[in-house]
Amino acid sequence: MNNIQTNTKKPKLSLGPLLYYWPRDDVFKFYESIADTNVDIVYLGETVCSKRRLLRPDAWLQIAGLLKEAGKEVVLSTLTLLEAHSELSALRKICSNEDYMVEANDMSAVQLMAGKKAFSTGPAVNIYNSRTLEVLARSGMKRWVLPVELSRETLTEMHQKRPLGVETEVFVFGRLPLAFSARCFTARAHNLPKDDCQFRCLDYSDGLMLRTREDESFLVLNGIQTQSAKTQNLIRDMDDFIELEIDILRISPQSRNTEQIIQIFDDRLHGKIDNDEAEQAMQKFIMSGECDGYWRGEAGMDASAVSNP
Amino acid sequence: MELVCPAGNLPSLKAAVDNGASAVYMGFKDDTNARHFAGLNFDDRRAQEGIQYAHDRGCKVFVAINTFPQPSGWSRWQRSVDHAADMGVDAMILADIGVMDYASHRWPELRLHLSVQGSATNAEAINFYHQNFGIQRVVLPRVLSLKQVKQVAQDSPVPIEVFGFGSLCVMVEGRCMLSSYVTGRSPNTFGACSPANAVSWNETPDGLETRLNNILIDRHGEGESAGYPTLCKGRFNVEGNTYYAIEEPTSLNTLELLPELQAVGVDAIKIEGRQRSPAYVAQVTKVWRDAIDLCEKDPENFHSQADWMAALEKVSEGSQTTLGAYHRPWQ
Repeated sequence: MNNIQTNTKKPKLSLGPLLYYWPRDDVFKFYESIADTNVDIVYLGETVCSKRRLLRPDAWLQIAGLLKEAGKEVVLSTLTLLEAHSELSALRKICSNEDYMVEANDMSAVQLMAGKKAFSTGPAVNIYNSRTLEVLARSGMKRWVLPVELSRETLTEMHQKRPLGVETEVFVFGRLPLAFSARCFTARAHNLPKDDCQFRCLDYSDGLMLRTREDESFLVLNGIQTQSAKTQNLIRDMDDFIELEIDILRISPQSRNTEQIIQIFDDRLHGKIDNDEAEQAMQKFIMSGECDGYWRGEAGMDASAVSNP
Repeated sequence: MELVCPAGNLPSLKAAVDNGASAVYMGFKDDTNARHFAGLNFDDRRAQEGIQYAHDRGCKVFVAINTFPQPSGWSRWQRSVDHAADMGVDAMILADIGVMDYASHRWPELRLHLSVQGSATNAEAINFYHQNFGIQRVVLPRVLSLKQVKQVAQDSPVPIEVFGFGSLCVMVEGRCMLSSYVTGRSPNTFGACSPANAVSWNETPDGLETRLNNILIDRHGEGESAGYPTLCKGRFNVEGNTYYAIEEPTSLNTLELLPELQAVGVDAIKIEGRQRSPAYVAQVTKVWRDAIDLCEKDPENFHSQADWMAALEKVSEGSQTTLGAYHRPWQ
């Protein structure tokens, strides 16, 4: 059954920041192809590791220009774990740019923009309740992404009581960013110290698989970030998102088929395909299983019955 | 330097006070604190008794309300803040922005510390909490190197507290959802990592298996001791190698860095372990009291003594200790 009504306001689609480390040419090719998709908003920039510098800030701005020309809203996303002075000075430059909105992934970015520049917050900023939303809205937050471990129930109340002019975004597709450390697990897997990691992340375009001792795909190591091995897929919940009037749905980039995944979400949102068709079309693009437990208030790795018939 | 010790219950609180803690920290009996374990923490009457005991002996009391309330639980966090303030605690250790906003408006005279769960790893983040809520101390995550601690201490608008001893989080506290991914409950939402209700131990022909919500965390052969299956401290397989892919089951012990921590301007040393026994608290508090006293008297000639280290090794997780991130190659 296709319940989606054609006359209601539809959520926009966004493409989250690229979480992996790809060769420069691959990144350019990727965003050139994204320019031709129906995604409305693109988040750009390195959010995981400050040592990943194949794309300098001017290269990211070049991509930003290309996407802007294609009619996309561009937001510059920022580092999640900041420790060194050099990381803070790079952050200051991004936060003071006058052309694009900036996504804060750490309270340092919030502090640098508070009262000066409208900003958005990514899933690593801990916004778990309405009072936190109000405080950040007073500082100039215009958009927030629900932390990935929160449920539909929590989102519903927070979204309904959100401050005026604040947009809500939900991570609907991709391997879940679950944890950040100062330790680099990819370097550790190669017995290399972090300071001499030899950029091994370049070898793993969708991260490095960690399996249990009974060979179950469990987590993905992505430098200092740990992700779920399973892909969170909320394609079945589009009716919910429309009914709740969620503003934006976020798709996280993967090395293959991101364009097709965007198309399936777009087709589903606009009623061109129903849940079963969308679900079926998505299956061949999902790496190592899917999950949707967080959205239902359960363990994140759980998958609802519908997804595993 | 202040010595801040864990009080999981009244006997532990007394052990900490009696052995020389400058301050103890405790939590209430629910999910408002990050050591929400069965049989642990304080109801109102015990809390009152503990505060009285500590204050009578010149020891401060901090209350940790350092998890992140969702709308359905908000009133519980608000009530905890009010209780702690009414009881006359010396500081509240908070992590959530909404809770800090409430506490700083409702109890403007009360001292607030930013919890390690607040994930502040740089001075700009600390500035936010200082300017908005007037926090007076920040507890730094256990992921910074000594050099980075020094930088933050120099730039921070408020004094800093660091972890000196105890269980080691390899992830940035407040930024780890591994536990809720597997069990539905995380430190942020529930105040516990790898919660006991999700743990199972099974003897199998291949060895003793430890599981968390059915995910195999580790398998222990004969002669290998099996620790609690904290999920980041299991053995996993990456590209054909089976090893502690995230972190070994070790404890943090920074005793030998004490003069350096003092030199970079650390204001307080925190001992982890509200879930540990009163005997652990007594032992660790005593060693660290002696060490801090000696270090403050004569930092140049300070060196960690063999009997201190032996006493600490005995109570360490996995009976091994590490300098953790303070020692840069760990990263």
